[in-house]
Amino acid sequence: MATVSVCQYHRGGFSFENCKRNALLEADINKLGFSSPAARKTGTTICGVVYKDGVVLGADTRATEGMVVADKNCSKIHYISPNVYCCGAGTAADTEMTTQIISSNLELHSLSTGRLPRVATANRMLKQMLFRYQGYIGAALVLGGVDCTGPHLYSIYPHGSTDKLPYVTMGSGSLAAMAVFEDRYRPNMEEEEAKRLVRDAIAAGIFNDLGSGSNIDLCVITKGKVDYLRPHDVANKKGVREDKIYGRPVTGNYRYKHGTTGVLAKTVTPLNLEVVEENVQTMDTS
Amino acid sequence: MATMLQKFPSSVSTLNDYNALYPDWTQREVSTGTTIMAVEFDGGVVMGADSRTTTGAYIANRVTDKLTPIHERIFCCRSGSAADTQAIADAVTYQLGFHSIELDEAPLVQTAASLFRDMCYRYREELMAGIIVAGWDRRRGGQVYTVPVGGMMTRQPVSVGGSGSSYIYGFVDSNYKPAMSKEECLKFTAEALTLAMERDGSSGGVVRLAVISEQGVERQVILGNQLPKFSTV
Repeated sequence: MATVSVCQYHRGGFSFENCKRNALLEADINKLGFSSPAARKTGTTICGVVYKDGVVLGADTRATEGMVVADKNCSKIHYISPNVYCCGAGTAADTEMTTQIISSNLELHSLSTGRLPRVATANRMLKQMLFRYQGYIGAALVLGGVDCTGPHLYSIYPHGSTDKLPYVTMGSGSLAAMAVFEDRYRPNMEEEEAKRLVRDAIAAGIFNDLGSGSNIDLCVITKGKVDYLRPHDVANKKGVREDKIYGRPVTGNYRYKHGTTGVLAKTVTPLNLEVVEENVQTMDTS
Repeated sequence: MATMLQKFPSSVSTLNDYNALYPDWTQREVSTGTTIMAVEFDGGVVMGADSRTTTGAYIANRVTDKLTPIHERIFCCRSGSAADTQAIADAVTYQLGFHSIELDEAPLVQTAASLFRDMCYRYREELMAGIIVAGWDRRRGGQVYTVPVGGMMTRQPVSVGGSGSSYIYGFVDSNYKPAMSKEECLKFTAEALTLAMERDGSSGGVVRLAVISEQGVERQVILGNQLPKFSTV
């Protein structure tokens, strides 16, 4: 008689089986005085502003893993469609994958309708997906673009709520950036003024928030044109080490002149080696 | 023997102490702290709401529009979790639109309220949503239905909701008179919302008003400096 094995069908969605184990491991590790590795987050300052001809999106470029900078120049402005881009704050993996999934679905949708996708469509897809996952996908997004109905800007929170506003900021540095916006935003700005405003807002986040840093990326979206300026502004330029000292290169050169270290004694011991076995294997070059 | 999916507390994500780098409000859910209100009058309804959405102590949006259109002459006021109420409103808008096309006539306000009630009651454990549905239809004129947290539905001539409503029950109960005119209702709503916004930290910004009648929808905004003034202490 054949034995029947019970097959557990894989049900979709998250599997929470390991959470109890993880909690016990966490407690054990903490007792020893260590801390478990943290998920990489984009500490982040991201923002967007609607101006006369379109939308300007801005982001810093620091990705942190706990208190350590994991990536000094990561790209937080993600492509959604030719006329729609999305900045992402929160868990780096979540923002990356969420924007890729929606970009993919939006391309299929656009092919189906035969039209350039609308920002509102991307917004709806993102909010419905994030709501479905009840906030467990830690993605806080600033979505902006220009479509046939004009320029639009949305902020999308991890739980799935969205706000449609003329200027938005997200991330740990959002308060600093919002302070700049609240001071200097005007409706119907020119492109240069809008870029300057976004640059200053991100700079405020970079210099006043520990979770944000490095460079400023900008993305200017207008009808029919996208300027992806990466980097737009290198706010924190890395210093250059002294190249040569007394004519000798310094960086990474560990060759020292003969006689730098004095030789005190010298002993030569010859090793008598016999050939025990010789094995020749021809290489197959056919 | 199938393995059960384990239920685990939602606070597991805050196991690590991120206080130094990531302030509280980056992990808090967005909520419409809110004061919302709706009043029936002969010929329509007046709805009002404040405009503040908070994440913890930070105001995420200070010009929110909490009066959401569900159908041409049916609106809802949203309070509670922003994500939950937006998702519910979108779903009910779709269902009501479909129903209206099937019927080939304008839907009843009671139908919209029932759809809200069904969703809020069925998913009462997962949702945090207090909604006031108001509008005008041909059968019963102006109507206000309230669907608080938990999923009850009841019709009331005047209804208040949200965190700021606690502060104005006395004002509403003593100042409401049946058979008020449209202008009186507008003044009554604006004053009540102003008083609530003054006292409730989670309510503020501007006052958004909407009048729904047979003629359609008129919307207005009362900015901070134009709000009615009460005795300054």
